[in-house]
Amino acid sequence: MMQQRGYSSNSTRRNFLKQATLLGFTALTANPLLAEDTITLPFENGERPLVKYPGKRPLIRQTSRPPQLETPFSVFNEGAITPNDAFFVRYHLTLSPPTSIDPDTFRVTIKGKVSNPLELSIADLKKLEELEVTAVNQCSGNSRGFSQPRVPGGQLGNGAMGNAKWKGVRLKDVLEKCGIAPGAKQVLFNGMDGPLLPKTPDFIKALDLDQALDGEVMLAYQMNGEDLPMLNGFPLRLVVPGHYGTYWVKHLNEITVVDETFNGFWMNPAYRIPDNGCGFIEPGTAAKKTAPIGRYNVRSFITSLSDGARLKKDEVTTIKGIAFDGGYGIREVLVSDDAGKSWRAAQLGSDLGRYSFREWEFRYTPKTAGELSLKVKATNRVGQSQPMEEQWNPSGYMRNVVETVKGEVI
Amino acid sequence: MRFKIIGAISAALAFAALFTQAVPIKITLPPETAKLREGTGADLAKAQCLLCHSADYISTQPRLSAAAWKATVIKMRDKYAAPIAEEKIEPLVQYLATNYGPITSTAK
Repeated sequence: MMQQRGYSSNSTRRNFLKQATLLGFTALTANPLLAEDTITLPFENGERPLVKYPGKRPLIRQTSRPPQLETPFSVFNEGAITPNDAFFVRYHLTLSPPTSIDPDTFRVTIKGKVSNPLELSIADLKKLEELEVTAVNQCSGNSRGFSQPRVPGGQLGNGAMGNAKWKGVRLKDVLEKCGIAPGAKQVLFNGMDGPLLPKTPDFIKALDLDQALDGEVMLAYQMNGEDLPMLNGFPLRLVVPGHYGTYWVKHLNEITVVDETFNGFWMNPAYRIPDNGCGFIEPGTAAKKTAPIGRYNVRSFITSLSDGARLKKDEVTTIKGIAFDGGYGIREVLVSDDAGKSWRAAQLGSDLGRYSFREWEFRYTPKTAGELSLKVKATNRVGQSQPMEEQWNPSGYMRNVVETVKGEVI
Repeated sequence: MRFKIIGAISAALAFAALFTQAVPIKITLPPETAKLREGTGADLAKAQCLLCHSADYISTQPRLSAAAWKATVIKMRDKYAAPIAEEKIEPLVQYLATNYGPITSTAK
C-alpha cells in the first residue's frame, strides 16, 4: 500500500513509483534529459512529469503556469479520504495561485444586492455555526484524455478528483447576515487568483440564489482537519457538494449578490454542457443548446487493480474500489467478469455521507485461466447508473462510462 | 514604580505580540520545465502563447488538426483577450499544426 508520508527518501520514492506502476499507469520512467520522474497516462501523448509542489507529494503535472496537478490513481486505493498532500490542483489564470496570503488580514467581502454589506475575517466566520461535510470535488474535465474523438483542454486521466472532510460555515448563514435584497437572482464568487492581461475574463462563478441558500453550500476553511493547502484555496474556498469543481472557487474573497443571470466567460460559454438532459451528444458534433454544468453523474472505479493485473485461477482476491454520485448516495455496486453479461454485488464500505466516495469490496475467485476483464458499475439511490458505452461532448466533460480493468488469469 | 509597571506591561504586550503577529503564508512554486519545439514560427509562438501560460498547455494536447489549432488561437484572442495581430494567426496555426498536429504524427 502506498504510504501517505512524504517522499524524502529514495527508497520511499521508489516505493511510490513502483506502486504507481502497479496501480494505474502503463509506464513510468525517469527521463534523464529532464531529470524528472515521469508517468504515462494511458492515452496518446500521455507522458507527464511527477513534480513536488508546496504542501504536496509528487503529483502528475499537467501544466505549470498556471498549475494543474493530477492525483496519481494509486492514491484512491489508500482509503475513502484523499490526503491533502495528494489532492488535485486546478487553476485557470496566469496570476495564480497567490504565493503569499496573510490569514489575519484576509477578508471576504459580501456586497451587491444586500442591505448590509460585510467584510468578514476568518475569525468572524468561525463565530457562525460550524459544520463539516465529507464531499467529493471532481473537475468537470476529469478523464478528458480518454475522450474519443479527442478534444482540446486539460488532458487528464482519472485523477482530477478527490474526497475530503470540509469544515466551514453555511453560505446561507453568511448571506442572511447581509440581508438579501428583493429581486436578487444569483450569487457570484470571485477569488484572489487573477489574469495577467486586464481584459482576460477573471474567474468568476455564479450560483442561483436558491442553491446559494440551500444550507449545503459552504465557505470552507479546513480540509481533513487542517487549514486548506495554499494550492487548494487557502484560506477560504467555496464547497458545493455534489457539483463539479468549477464552482468551488478558491481563495474566495468576493461574494456579490446580483439581480440578473450572470453571463461572464466562465459561466457562458465556458463550463457548459449540451442542454439535453444527459449532457452528451453524437461524437464530433456541436450542441444546439447548452447549459451550465451541474451535478456529478454516477462513477465507480476499481482501485486495487489496474490494467496488466495478473490474478491466480481458483485463488480468492479481494478487489477494492470507490463509487460516488452527485449527492443521492450510492445504493449498489456491481462487478462483472464477462463483459457485462452477468453482474454480482460488491459489499459497500462505511457510509461517510451521500456526497462522499463510497468504498466497496468484492471477493473474486477467477475460475478460468486466460484474459481477465473486470467491469464495475454503480447505481445511486434514485436509480441513476453508468452507461456501458462511452459518451461524448465537445468539452470532454462528465465522463462516466463503466470502467474496465484488463489483465490475465494465470 | 507606576512607570515601571507600565513598562513591564508594555514589554509583556510587545512580547505577546511577537507570537500573535500575523505571519503571511508564502509558497514558492517549482520552475517551469516544458519548452516549445524549435522550428519555423517558434519565436512567434513563444512570444504570443507563453505570455500567459506555460508550454505544456500546448505540448500535452492531442494531435489537433490545423482547423482545431486555428479555433484555439482564435479563442485565445477573442475569449481570453490575447493580443494576437490578424497577420500572426496563420503563422501561429502553421507552427502549432506542424509541431503539435497530425502532420508530425511519428514525432514524439
